[in-house]
Amino acid sequence: MQLSNLLSGKNELAEEVWIALRECTPVVLGVVPFGITCGIMGLTAQMSGLETILMSIFVFAGAAQFIGITMLGAGITGWGIIILTTLLVNLRHLIMGSSLAPYMTKLPFSLQAFLAFFLTDEAYALTISRIYKAKYSMLYQLTVSTTLYLVWVLATVAGVVLGSYISDPLTWGLDFAMPATFLVLLIPLLVDRKSLIVFGMAAVVSVLAAIYLPGKWYIIIACLIASLMGGLLEGGSNHA
Amino acid sequence: MRSEAIYIIMGMALVTYFTRIGALVLFRFTGVPTWLNRWLKYVPVAILTALIVPSLLLPQGYLDISLQNHYLIAGIAAAIVAYKSRNIIATLGIGMSIMFILNVL
Repeated sequence: MQLSNLLSGKNELAEEVWIALRECTPVVLGVVPFGITCGIMGLTAQMSGLETILMSIFVFAGAAQFIGITMLGAGITGWGIIILTTLLVNLRHLIMGSSLAPYMTKLPFSLQAFLAFFLTDEAYALTISRIYKAKYSMLYQLTVSTTLYLVWVLATVAGVVLGSYISDPLTWGLDFAMPATFLVLLIPLLVDRKSLIVFGMAAVVSVLAAIYLPGKWYIIIACLIASLMGGLLEGGSNHA
Repeated sequence: MRSEAIYIIMGMALVTYFTRIGALVLFRFTGVPTWLNRWLKYVPVAILTALIVPSLLLPQGYLDISLQNHYLIAGIAAAIVAYKSRNIIATLGIGMSIMFILNVL
């Protein structure tokens, strides 16, 4: 009796891991080219292979890494602007974290602290959709999170290895990978009028600021102004 | 290995971790304030736009709206592919092929 309970318990756990692996496969395959691009971009920006890989190991945030690498490549070595931009880029994780908080705060804090390290857009999207389909599962989140992490780090290593075989990456248009990658992330977000207004505002402000202001401050200024405007539009329509 | 790069990587790791654990610590009982939620909602659109548009319109640091600007031409093509396919491999493949052909010509 005890043994059969134990076995069925184990089967349920194995089943949850299996579902998690199956559901995250397409997302994981989509992460591979980003990781490879990240590795190649690191070399293009004159970072060492080790630095690029360490960034993937410790930061584990695609967009923030692309931006950090781009800034380092542009000769910006002031830590303040890169870290402030990283913070702004990753602020969206606060929303994801608060959305998962009702489920995750029931876990031991050390486990929350561990899972939080892996909270990417992809891990959040998969975990929240599992909650809607069935219920919150720590094991599901853990499986999806660690799989995405391992693939991200390995893909970065692959990019670093591939990149060093290409003599002059710029000739191959590899520095175009960054804007092209962001386009794939941006376009699905432009679904309504407000998003399009924010897009237009950010485009105009960033170009003007890039012309008239030094360094990369145009990123932060355009982000603050355009997203604030989006927030005000959102507030206005809620009151209407 | 440059020590400044390591400091920057560790700083990026710390602030990224803060954004991931922050909500669990700060808002575990109250939820995210509505005003902040509204503001955060449009941050991804704003920041991605601010990264893409200047890199296509000012690739050399000055405004260049012409057929000589390969980044702009390849960027418009990539935007169309991204819109139609929503596929990273197709977008990167076509965008970078155009970039390569323009650079060779």
